[in-house]
Amino acid sequence: MLGKKNNRNDMRKIDDTTKAENTRQMVILNVYRANTYRNDLPRFEKYQIPIQRWMTVLDALLFAKSYLDNSIGIRYSCRMASCGSCGMKINGIPKLACYTKISELEGNTITCEPLSNFPHIRDLVTDFSQFFEHHKEMAPFIHNNNADIRDENRLSEFKQTPQDVDKYLQFSYCIKCGLCYSACPTVATDTKFPGPQALSQAYRYYADTRDHLSNRRLNTVDEKHGIWRCHFAGSCSTVCPKGVDPALGIQLLRGHLMGFSRNENTIAKLRDPTSKES
Amino acid sequence: MKISNQMVNNRENREGIKGWLNPSRYGWERISYWFQRLTGVFLLVYFIGHVYETSSLVHGENAWNAMLEVTQTPGGHIFLILVIGTSTFHSTNGIRLIFTHGGKGLGNPGRPDYPYDALSLNYRQRSGIWVALILAAIAMLYGSTVLFGGK
Amino acid sequence: MEVLYSSGENRTKLVEKMMLKESQIMKIHYTTGLAALFVVAVHIIVRLMTPSFGLSLSYENVIKNYHNIPYSILLESILILIAIHGFNGLRIILLELRQNKRWEDGITIFTIAATITIIAYGTRTIITANWLG
Repeated sequence: MLGKKNNRNDMRKIDDTTKAENTRQMVILNVYRANTYRNDLPRFEKYQIPIQRWMTVLDALLFAKSYLDNSIGIRYSCRMASCGSCGMKINGIPKLACYTKISELEGNTITCEPLSNFPHIRDLVTDFSQFFEHHKEMAPFIHNNNADIRDENRLSEFKQTPQDVDKYLQFSYCIKCGLCYSACPTVATDTKFPGPQALSQAYRYYADTRDHLSNRRLNTVDEKHGIWRCHFAGSCSTVCPKGVDPALGIQLLRGHLMGFSRNENTIAKLRDPTSKES
Repeated sequence: MKISNQMVNNRENREGIKGWLNPSRYGWERISYWFQRLTGVFLLVYFIGHVYETSSLVHGENAWNAMLEVTQTPGGHIFLILVIGTSTFHSTNGIRLIFTHGGKGLGNPGRPDYPYDALSLNYRQRSGIWVALILAAIAMLYGSTVLFGGK
Repeated sequence: MEVLYSSGENRTKLVEKMMLKESQIMKIHYTTGLAALFVVAVHIIVRLMTPSFGLSLSYENVIKNYHNIPYSILLESILILIAIHGFNGLRIILLELRQNKRWEDGITIFTIAATITIIAYGTRTIITANWLG
């Protein structure tokens, strides 16, 4: 399958011998094809894929790429919903291709499109730069005024109870797959809105008892295009594959801004490793 | 929010208005967001029209009666029934949103486990949407009995 | 509030200091919404309390309502609360559509102007109707 690929819309069929060996049933992958940098006109190309039990959409796409059309542009890595690379719209809904089984989708045609609200690069690949910039604006790191990492004699660990960890743990499971950003109705029109991922990460660090930047984080999100442009449409939490529930994080953070929640953070204490206390 | 203009360009691939006009893909909260927006804009338009129509009072009885001839018609009554329904939904859902926006009724964070269902999309706050829809329907029914009641 | 007039930059700082934070605007939005709910409910109940809905809209009846000072105050409060809540909601929707300084400043000025206009127009009706008859 080497050489220059022509612009065709017809179905690609595998040869009969392979079909006989592998086929239980077939599905049609309807894949979005376009190269934005070359100003190609977008089109859909269909690939007929033999499916096997437990096959995922990513498996199907890689089959198409391996045997039918090696020019399909696709981003993937871990194949186990851990890296967040293979996010795309599958039948109109943002999902991880490696985490979506063919058997759980209805119909014989599966439409694969690039994630919306991300600048498009090629085929199913999108540009995450803006997404990561929004994330960086939330200062996604622990800042503790008492911890001096330059002085080795003072290196110590923070004391956090399991309850302290549970306050932010689920939000730390975010894999930055971008599905929530793609599903969000505000991101669909508002280019300055940070998106559910960035806002839920703001809460993740806000709720962390080791962090001293609470007021700065609240000031960062308290803007015209900040947290107040979230209207709890819930689409982010619907599509999140890791149970992060970004909508929950955003509303909890907003609760602090609205004065509904007392600031329950007591800053975590540093444990001095040279002391005998456990 | 400091995003460079370079990032905002024609290949943005944003869904645009049709992104938030389509409520069908993501569940009840998205539908309620859609209804809340539409009812809000509708009620604002009605409010402006209502302020204008009631101002005909200052031009005397003839002007007022001429206004009534336009509004006290079957079409006008149906429009008013819609207003009743939309205002009931917008108010009730708005109260639900005030609580949920403050993080109330959404549960507490914890350790997620398979199948990773979102805690915030629970039936406690979701039932607020259904209550809003039901109350809107009841209000519209009551409004139609008053307006078309023939008293 | 510190008054700074020495340069364009200082004028901008002055304007920024006068502007409400988004959290303050949204608290006003929620408060006006809740308050409007109560006053509109009273308004509707008053309308429904008359024996016949159709007769209640007669010119004489409506003018009589406007002569009732507490009712006029109720109408004025509905006017103010819903104008603020409604136009702020419109501002929120329009802000999400485009993001450049000209659009955002234009939306802010438009919504403030529209709010003031509708309140003034409605207040004129209430005051004039109060004088009528």
